[in-house]
Amino acid sequence: MNRRTLLILVGLAIADLLISLWIGQQAYHWMPPQASAEALLVDHLFSFMTTLGSFIFLGVMGTLLYAVLFQRAAKYDTSDGPAIEGNVKLEVVWTAIPIVLVIWIATVSYQTYDRMGILGGMGPMAMGMPMAEAASVAPTEAEPAPINVYARQWAWEFHYPDPDIRSTELHLPVDQRARLLLSSEDVLHGFFIPAFRVKQDVVPGRDISFEFTPIRKGRYRLRDSEYSGTYFAANQTDVVVESAEDYQQWLATAVATPPFAAQNVAYEEFNQETQSALDLGWETVKPAPAPVVNYASSENDPHE
Amino acid sequence: MSDASLPLTPPSRQPQPGAPDNWRRFFSFSTDHKVIGIQYIVLAFFFFLFGGLLAMVMRGELITPDSDLVDRTVYNGLFTMHGTIMLFMWTFPMLNGLANYLVPLMIGARDMAFPRLNAVAFWLVPIFGVILIISFFVPGGPSQSGWWAYPPVSLQNPTGNLINGQSLWLLAVALSGVSSIMGAVNIVTTIVRMRAPGMGWFKMPAFCWTVLSAQIIQLFGLPALTAGAVMLLLDLTVGTSFFEPSRGGDPVLYQHFFWFYSHPAVYVIILPIFGVFSEVFPVYARKPLFGYKVVAVSSLIITGLSGIVWVHHMFASGTPGWMRMLFMFTTMAISVPTGIKVFAWVATIWGGKLRLTTSMLFGLGGLTMFLFAGITGIMLASAPFDIHVNNTYFVVGHFHYVINGAVVMGFYAAIYHWFPKMTGRMYYEGLGKLHFALTFIGLNLNFLPMHPLGLQGMPRRVASYDPEFAFWNVLASLGAFLLGVSTLPFILNMLSSWVRGETAKDNPWRAIGLEWLIASPPPHENFEQIPIILSAPYGYGSDEPLTANDPTKELASEPSES
Repeated sequence: MNRRTLLILVGLAIADLLISLWIGQQAYHWMPPQASAEALLVDHLFSFMTTLGSFIFLGVMGTLLYAVLFQRAAKYDTSDGPAIEGNVKLEVVWTAIPIVLVIWIATVSYQTYDRMGILGGMGPMAMGMPMAEAASVAPTEAEPAPINVYARQWAWEFHYPDPDIRSTELHLPVDQRARLLLSSEDVLHGFFIPAFRVKQDVVPGRDISFEFTPIRKGRYRLRDSEYSGTYFAANQTDVVVESAEDYQQWLATAVATPPFAAQNVAYEEFNQETQSALDLGWETVKPAPAPVVNYASSENDPHE
Repeated sequence: MSDASLPLTPPSRQPQPGAPDNWRRFFSFSTDHKVIGIQYIVLAFFFFLFGGLLAMVMRGELITPDSDLVDRTVYNGLFTMHGTIMLFMWTFPMLNGLANYLVPLMIGARDMAFPRLNAVAFWLVPIFGVILIISFFVPGGPSQSGWWAYPPVSLQNPTGNLINGQSLWLLAVALSGVSSIMGAVNIVTTIVRMRAPGMGWFKMPAFCWTVLSAQIIQLFGLPALTAGAVMLLLDLTVGTSFFEPSRGGDPVLYQHFFWFYSHPAVYVIILPIFGVFSEVFPVYARKPLFGYKVVAVSSLIITGLSGIVWVHHMFASGTPGWMRMLFMFTTMAISVPTGIKVFAWVATIWGGKLRLTTSMLFGLGGLTMFLFAGITGIMLASAPFDIHVNNTYFVVGHFHYVINGAVVMGFYAAIYHWFPKMTGRMYYEGLGKLHFALTFIGLNLNFLPMHPLGLQGMPRRVASYDPEFAFWNVLASLGAFLLGVSTLPFILNMLSSWVRGETAKDNPWRAIGLEWLIASPPPHENFEQIPIILSAPYGYGSDEPLTANDPTKELASEPSES
C-alpha cells in the first residue's frame, strides 16, 4: 500500500466519521420529547449507537458501491478475478473490530442501565435482585404509598391511596420520583409512556412496582404495549405532568368530585354498530365496563 | 446435455421407480429429493403470496389512523395469520426446499439419507397448511393472539367451542414442528454421512455448512416449542394450568418455552440465506469465497450462540436485571461471527470481475438489507434502549429487514441462480431486473418508515393509531402495495421461462460446483458415478480440477470408497 492510497483511505475514514457523528446528533430528533430523567440517558445511548452503526453501514456500503460501479467485468471478458482465498491479518482485524465494538456498546449500555437503576427507571429490580423480592419490600415511612395502576381489557385506571381518588388519567408532579404499583386483572398488558422511554409488562398475578422521574410538564400518551386482545390498540390514555401546586389542586378537585363513568373507547365501540367495511362477526372478549372514577381523561385532549 | 423441460417434454431416459416422470410427479408421493425440493418451494411460494395478501389488507387498514377498513377482530386475525403463514408455511418450507434440492447435488449424493421420511415430512406441510386455512372458517375465526400466542390472551376463547381458531392453530404449529424435526434428522444425517469421497468438512460448499448449522438448531430447539404448544393446547382444551395465572399457572414460563426456540428459529431462517450469499457472490465476482474456512465455521458459532440469547425478547416481561444484562451480552456476541461473514462477502466482491445478473443484484440487495438489520439488531440487544422500542414498530421494521429484506431477497437470488439447473431453461434477464428494482424500492419504502414510527412510540399489532403517526404509515402502506406488485414480473418470468425459455446449458454461469458438472435438469439420482473430490470449493482463478472423475459418465462398476 503506497502513501497515496493510505492518505485516501484515511481521508475517507475521516469523512465517514464526520457524517456518522452528524447522523448521531440527528438521532435525538427522531425520539419523542424528553420528559423524564430516563429519557436523557436512553437518547444519549441511542445517539451513540446510531453514530457507530452509521460508521459501519456507510463504510461497508461505500466499499460495495465502489465495487459495483467500478469493478464490473467487461462484456466479453470471461477471465477470473485474482485467486485470493483469504488474508489472515485482515481476518484477525475484522474479527477484532466487532469484538471491540460489542464490548464498547455493551459497556455503555451497562452503564446506562446502571444509572437508570439508580434512578429506578428500569422498574423494581436493583441489579441482581429478583423481582418478587423487590416487590415485597415495604415502602419506607418517608415515601408516600405508590399509585396503583390497574390494567384491564381495555382500560387503564389509576388509584391514588391518599387521598382516595380514582382516575383514568395519570397525574404526576414534575421533578418528583413517581412510584407505581402495576397490576393486571386479566391478561398481559404493557405500561408504556414513549415520552418517558419506560416500559414494563404488567403480568396478571403479580404486583410490579415501577419508578421513574418526570422532568417536563405536559400531557403525554400512555399506551398498552403488550398485545391484549381485540381492543388492544384503543387501550391508551394520557399522563399529565404538572407543577406540585397544580398537582395538589388537581387532587383536591378530584376528591371533591363524585365518581362517574369515564369515557372508554373499547366499551363504547363494542356497544355500537360496527363501522368497518369488513366485519365477519368473529366473537370477542367483552370489554370491561367503563371505569367509574373521580376524574376522567378525554380522547379529545391534545397530547405531545 | 438435456433439452428436457419439465412440464412439456418429460425426459424419458431415466426411468424413475415408483413415480411417473412428468409434471404429475410434483403431485405424487415422490421420494426424489429434487422433486420434493421443488414441491416445497412451489407450495411455500403459494403461501407467501397468501400471507402477502393478508399483509396488504393490513396495510390497507393502517393507511388511515382509525379502525375503519376491517373490524378489529379481523385485523387481529390477519396479523396473527400473516406471521404464522410467513414463518411456518413460507420461510421454513421454502428453505427446506432449497436444502432438499441443493444439498445432495452439492455433496455428490444420489438422494437424501431417508427418502421416504423426506416425502412424509413434505406432505405434512399441506396438511397443516389446510388446517390453518380451515381455521379462517370456524366460528369465531382464526387465532387472534398473535404468532407468539402468549397466554392468557391465547387462552380466552370467547366462542367457548372446543374446536376454535386457537386450538387449530396450536395443532398446526405442533404438526409443523414434527415435520421440521423429520426434515432436520434427514438433512443432518445426509450431510454427515453421505458426502462424496474426498469431500472433507473443509471441501464442502458453504451452503451445506449453513444448512447443517440451521438444522442442528431445529433438533435442539423445536422440542421446546412443540412442548410449549402442546401444554398451551392442554390449558386451552382440557383446563390444565401450566400458563393460566387464574389457575395458578405462570404466563411468563410460556414465553421462555416459546423464545427458546423462536429466537434460534431466526437463525434457522437466515443461515441458509447466508449460504446462498456465499455461493452466489464468488460466481458473479469470479473470485474465491474470501476466508472460506472462517466463514464456514462461523455458521456453527452462530448455532452455538443462538441457544443462549432468547431472553432478549423478554426484556420488558418482568425479567430481573442480572438476566437482562447477561442476555444483552450474549446477544451482542452474535454480531461477531455475523460481522465476519459480512466482511468476508465484501472482500469476496472487492477487486473481482462483477457481473450484475439478477441473482447477483438480489444477493447484493439482500446483503445491504441484512447489514442495516444487523445494526438495528445490536441496538435492540442493548437492554436500556430496547425497553423503549420493545413491542413497537421499530422491532417490526428490524425483523422485516431481516426476513423480507435479507431472506426473501436471498431466496430470489437462489432461485434465479439455480433456475437453469432446476428447469433446464433460462429466465428472462430483463424481467428479472425489473423484479429486483420493484422489490428493492418496495421493501425500503415499506419497512424503513417503521423505524421512525417505533422510535416515536407506535406499538406493534395495533389496528388503529394516533393521527401523528399517519405520515410514515401512508408511506409504508404504499411500499407494501408496491411489494405486492413486484411479485408479478417474477411469476410471469418463472412461468413463461419454464414453459418456453431458452434451453439452459449444463453450466450457464461457468460456476464451480458439483451441481454444475451434470445435466440441467439433473437426471434421476444425479450422478452416473459418485464424484471423487480433489479440491476445496470456489477455485476461481486457479486451474485445479474439482473432481478426479467425470460424474456424468457411467462406470462399469461403482468406485470403491477411497
